[in-house]
Amino acid sequence: MNVGLTLKNIRIALYGQELVAIDTHIASGEILTVMGPSGSGKSSLFAFLAGFLDPVFQASGNVLVDGVDVTKNPAHQRQLGLLFQDPLLFPHMDVAGNLTFALPAEIKGKAPRRERIEAALIEAGLEGFGSRDPYTLSGGQKARVALMRTLLSEPKALLLDEPFSKLDTELRGQMRELVFGTAKRMKLPVVLVTHDEADATAAGGAIIRLPL
Amino acid sequence: MSFLPRLGPPLTIALLTIPVFAGLIGTILPAFGYLPALGGNHFSKLPFIMLFNEPGIWRSALLSLATGLAASFIALMIVMLFLAAASAKTLSRISAILSPLLSVPHAAAAFGLAFLIAPTGMIARMISPELTGWQTPPDILIVNDALGLTLTAGLIAKELPFLLLIALAALPQIPVRQSRQISASLGYGRVMGFIITVWPRLYSQLRLGVFAVIAFSTSVVDVAMILGPQTPATLSVRLVGWMNDPDLSMRFVAAAGALMQLGVTMIAFIIWLGLEQTGAKLRTNLAAQGLRLPHDKALRGVGIGAMLFPAIALFGGLITLAIWSVSGLWQFPDAVPSSLTLTGWYGALPRLTAPLMTTLQLGITASLIAAVLAILCLMREDETRLSRKFLQRHSLAIIYLPLLVPQAAFLFGLQFLFISLQIDGMFLSLLAAHLVFVTPYVFLSLSDPWRVMDRRYLSVAATLGKTPWQCFFTVRGPMLLKAVLSAIALGFAVSAAQYLATVLVGAGRLTTITTEAVALSSGGNRRVIGIYAFVQMLLPTIAFAFAAFIPAYLWRNRRGLSGH
Repeated sequence: MNVGLTLKNIRIALYGQELVAIDTHIASGEILTVMGPSGSGKSSLFAFLAGFLDPVFQASGNVLVDGVDVTKNPAHQRQLGLLFQDPLLFPHMDVAGNLTFALPAEIKGKAPRRERIEAALIEAGLEGFGSRDPYTLSGGQKARVALMRTLLSEPKALLLDEPFSKLDTELRGQMRELVFGTAKRMKLPVVLVTHDEADATAAGGAIIRLPL
Repeated sequence: MSFLPRLGPPLTIALLTIPVFAGLIGTILPAFGYLPALGGNHFSKLPFIMLFNEPGIWRSALLSLATGLAASFIALMIVMLFLAAASAKTLSRISAILSPLLSVPHAAAAFGLAFLIAPTGMIARMISPELTGWQTPPDILIVNDALGLTLTAGLIAKELPFLLLIALAALPQIPVRQSRQISASLGYGRVMGFIITVWPRLYSQLRLGVFAVIAFSTSVVDVAMILGPQTPATLSVRLVGWMNDPDLSMRFVAAAGALMQLGVTMIAFIIWLGLEQTGAKLRTNLAAQGLRLPHDKALRGVGIGAMLFPAIALFGGLITLAIWSVSGLWQFPDAVPSSLTLTGWYGALPRLTAPLMTTLQLGITASLIAAVLAILCLMREDETRLSRKFLQRHSLAIIYLPLLVPQAAFLFGLQFLFISLQIDGMFLSLLAAHLVFVTPYVFLSLSDPWRVMDRRYLSVAATLGKTPWQCFFTVRGPMLLKAVLSAIALGFAVSAAQYLATVLVGAGRLTTITTEAVALSSGGNRRVIGIYAFVQMLLPTIAFAFAAFIPAYLWRNRRGLSGH
């Protein structure tokens, strides 16, 4: 049972004032959109799920990935994939280096690892871009590399923090389709944090609105 | 995350505070007559009675106080005027010129200035005999003048780059452009607008650094030995003389004098607090009267000129040093030597090797250890992620501690301690003494870039399954490589420049280029001084060149890192 991401009785407060109260389950391939104005606590929810909430917040509740409680795990042992509004490609690695960095160590051997990277580049429409400096990529290319990097780490769920807000309108639509489509195809539960109504509409799943 | 970062803060705090406090106690006891190793078995006032009977002791104390305060005050005023006057472009250009000067050891800078302005110095040679008619050097005392004017000038020249660079580090946290626009739209001139709207906020960020400058300037030894008055010398110089006196009972006087030095610096702090009050009142009054100084072109020129002039003087002095090190016969008033020769270098090299090796070993180990400690502390700061402001403020005070206490006040005691433990003159003891001064600079240099790095890169790495240590070695370390290497280079420069700590703890068995160069200063052989001072300024330059070259080479195809 419980395949997907469970947010069990999560409450986050700051200085005694409750910001977030959520109790829900996101099944594989489904998207939960959390909306709210800035300061509403959606970023703290995001940080709590990913495992880096600042201790000044008081948080309770549990995060379950496929039924396994990961609340006590540090960020690197949660198997959650993150996307931010900036692509945050590591500037000191080339494109292939960024992707290899994400590949789990269980995939062994130089050749199989390289094959995975090549396949990911082709999937992102970036064949032959492996040795490029990330700085030289266009905004859309960077966003696609960032998505591929997240997926290569084989996450069990995706956490998206306003991932489209810095793209221009045309690109935004394309990236939405790509990200949501990929998540459905890979049967990943998704939490999308945003203040853009169009994101919520495109996601097409449940919506939770946080009050200010 | 793991065990090591937990050790960072306690280790660093211990490393910085134990030597200072143990050293202070070690100075206080003999100052009141107690030092069993030298036969002082009971407490007495005798060391102080002897101290106050030293001829000219009050004049020495006054010289230390006056030159140190004047230098700090003038340097700060120049920095204020300069920042007020300079456009963004001038600012970045001049700071690019000044930053290498920060790493020039104090002693080398002092020698450079001496070689420039002495009666036989470069300036006199350039204008003689055409303008002055001098065929022989004029008989006037410029270097070592009795009022300490040259000493003050030398301290100003050396403190300007330091104050400017910490001001530049603090400026981005203040909305300078908006403040300027608002004050300009209200009819204020550039300088007055800056002083009223930006300076108070900037000064509160510089304050600890300014106090460090005052503590240093009122107690400096090497610069005062080279440029300062000699009859009598400043208090700090006389202390070191008593410390090295063959008559061991003078050690008690030296300890009492070190406490007097502490008092002099404290008085300087108190006077400075008064100056701060007066300055703030003055500024409030001017602002209340609406004094706008809209036509301040001349004032702006003064500000920029006053910043540029010492820099040019230092560069001129350093070039003069370099020429002297290879000069053959160079008679007054010739502007250039009649021949160039490497004879001096051939003669000096065999004697240079041992101090050079010690300088390198000390500088490299001390800066690497300091860098590891600074990184562990900063990692721990991230880990606890408590309110950053709180941590920053309180860690800063401890970091500054060794820079706020006059060196003699605790180094004397530390030396007594090391002697009684029979560990003076050992490499590890000297290393510990250097770390007290190197660690604060390395930490201060690294902490800003560390704290402003976008933390989301680390979040990404963590969610990709990387442990905190993997994050450090694969993401944070490489992205901050330049900052880490610059901090190490600065640490090396600080270590290489240490005079008093090396002389005392090295106990004559371990000497560095700096202690050798200062020891040569009384001899007056310009060729040999030129060689040692040249090596002194070469070492930190090489360190900074490495710090710039390695990231530039590694990231030559990574514009995200090399672009700015």
